[in-house]
Amino acid sequence: MIAFMTRRLLLGVMTIWLISILSFIIIQLPPGDFVDAYIAQLSSSGSQVSAAEAENLRQLYGLGEPFYVQYGKWLARIVTGDFGESMEWRRPVTEVIGDRIWLTLLLSFAALLVTWGLALPIGIFSAVRQYSFADYAFTLVGFIGIAVPNFLLALVIMYFAFVWFGASVGGLFSAEMALAPWSAAKVWDLIKHLPLPALILALGGTAQLIRIMRANLLDELRRPYVVTARAKGLSEARAIIKYPVRAALNPFASNIAYLFPYLVSGSIIVSIVLGLPTVGPLLVKALVAQDMFLAGTIVLLLGVMTVVGTFISDLVLMWVDPRIRHQMD
Amino acid sequence: MAQIDSEKYAVATQLQLTWWRFRRHKLAMISLVLLVLVYLLAIFADFLATQDPHATDARTSYIAPQPIQWFDDNGFNPHVYGIKGVRDMKTFKLVYTVDPNRKVYIDFFGQGYEYNLFGLIPTKVHLMTLRNAERGDGIYILGTDLLGRDLWSRLMVATRVSLTIGLVGVSISLFLGVLLGGISAVYGGIVDTMIQRTIEVIRSMPTIPLWLGLAAALPNNWSVLQVYFAITIIISLLAWTDLARVVRGKFLALKEEDFVMAAELAGASQGRIIFRHMLPSFASHIIAAVSLALPAMIISETSLSFLGLGLRPPAISWGILLQDAQNIQTLALAPWLLISAIPVVVVILAFNFLGDGLRDAADPYG
Repeated sequence: MIAFMTRRLLLGVMTIWLISILSFIIIQLPPGDFVDAYIAQLSSSGSQVSAAEAENLRQLYGLGEPFYVQYGKWLARIVTGDFGESMEWRRPVTEVIGDRIWLTLLLSFAALLVTWGLALPIGIFSAVRQYSFADYAFTLVGFIGIAVPNFLLALVIMYFAFVWFGASVGGLFSAEMALAPWSAAKVWDLIKHLPLPALILALGGTAQLIRIMRANLLDELRRPYVVTARAKGLSEARAIIKYPVRAALNPFASNIAYLFPYLVSGSIIVSIVLGLPTVGPLLVKALVAQDMFLAGTIVLLLGVMTVVGTFISDLVLMWVDPRIRHQMD
Repeated sequence: MAQIDSEKYAVATQLQLTWWRFRRHKLAMISLVLLVLVYLLAIFADFLATQDPHATDARTSYIAPQPIQWFDDNGFNPHVYGIKGVRDMKTFKLVYTVDPNRKVYIDFFGQGYEYNLFGLIPTKVHLMTLRNAERGDGIYILGTDLLGRDLWSRLMVATRVSLTIGLVGVSISLFLGVLLGGISAVYGGIVDTMIQRTIEVIRSMPTIPLWLGLAAALPNNWSVLQVYFAITIIISLLAWTDLARVVRGKFLALKEEDFVMAAELAGASQGRIIFRHMLPSFASHIIAAVSLALPAMIISETSLSFLGLGLRPPAISWGILLQDAQNIQTLALAPWLLISAIPVVVVILAFNFLGDGLRDAADPYG
């Protein structure tokens, strides 16, 4: 159990390290160094930068030095919480991102809950009532979930909501709440707006999990121990839930580690279609405007968030599945 | 296998067995036929296009889909009605009226804009062209976009681009996957551990932000073709992991088989064992994995281009077509722009069914 946790933790640290390198590469990729870009930006808006100031900036970011020195300096500043300044917004990156990173986390987490909440009962139901009408219906919905990219789903739902109800389904807040300071009313407003985007985001993953759960449970239900349980006179619900479902959960649970990154990825593109105030629209805008500190920071934060989320879901998995808890590998 | 007599079954090659089994999977067979048709469509995209997909005309902006009239009083005589755009002086919107009295006739195999068939043979022949067209007339099967470009023609060309990006991308992923998966399985030990950990790290990263970051760094002055290949490479760099896992898993399983040991004892070289004995028995598994990787590849390209960070206009792909349908105001005005979503969904679904069928058929002895 300790070994499993350590392994996962090490893997997480390695992933974060790799993501930090990739984020830094992204910051570095545009041609020219970013102090030049910064100065050009400033002078186009009227302010002047003296040669001494520019030299200071170059020193600070270690420009002209080898890649790993620049990377080291960048990493050292990040550890102290200094993510640099957004060139487009002329404010610290952390300030620009603000609540958005938490809303991204909230949306992805809500989608994760929806995925679990739907896939588990539907998967069990489809397996127990194999070839029933409902099973076929869920299979059909499942195939649609796999085949329709979630941004397309968002687009179509938005269109039909508009045509049929004349309502806009976008956003995470009502118009009057969007800029208001946080309060109980605003939280309630958020909770009311959350289900639809979470559902859109969750459909693809749910469809896959239903298929996995159904297949696994079907394998388990044919095992002799289920017959034994029934022969002993266990109630049908108990004979299914107590052992076969738990056994079928294992591969299901190990897939969850890859579900969270998938959801975070998806939230970017769904947010753009639905106009949600997450980091998604901000990231795309920053990349288009080559506002690289902002973009790099968002990529890094999303990466770290994913790794932490995955680690937590691993812990949950360990708690659910005794086989992993006792595995010494 | 009741319908195939047992003698035939006993001497059949692996490929035959796989094919017989695959044929029983109805949905996969239908998908296969459908995909062959779509790829044919992609090969003859320009031939099927009725107008130059890049030609803009402000006077044909947002024309709703117009059906082709196949018959008139003289029997089979395909034509479309003339269209007249009048500017509504209140809203300044162009309002189109169809004039059923002015018939514009369709020629088959007539001359249209110039293109290269198969990218090689310069020609002007198109399936359908108009005979007596005035300015603004056209075969608008799926309507037009804001810039007055014909959506049907654009969809044809987009299909070619999006489908080939999938193929090229999967080829790169397959190469990486077979190479690294194979190395991982053959050498084992520390090499195996390193490759497996790398795969896990890549799989636990959120891909879209990384793709976006890398794609945004492509220089603005690159040509359409350069961007096309760069995007393909970016997508495949993160997509090879599943294929590598399949290859490694199969390799390890086959290593223990008796026929491999027999070949070893008979003195076959390692290369011969891998390519002559092992590869044929898991080639079908790889084909199945590839057909499941293709739709993911197509979705990736579509998503990137949709966000404006993948292919860039004047390139045309499914993502770029859908980009026009991005906001609700446009959709309310021109809902037919959403038609481009249908081929995306159909092709992805077909690849998934095909992959399922192939995966079942891949093990003809099972």
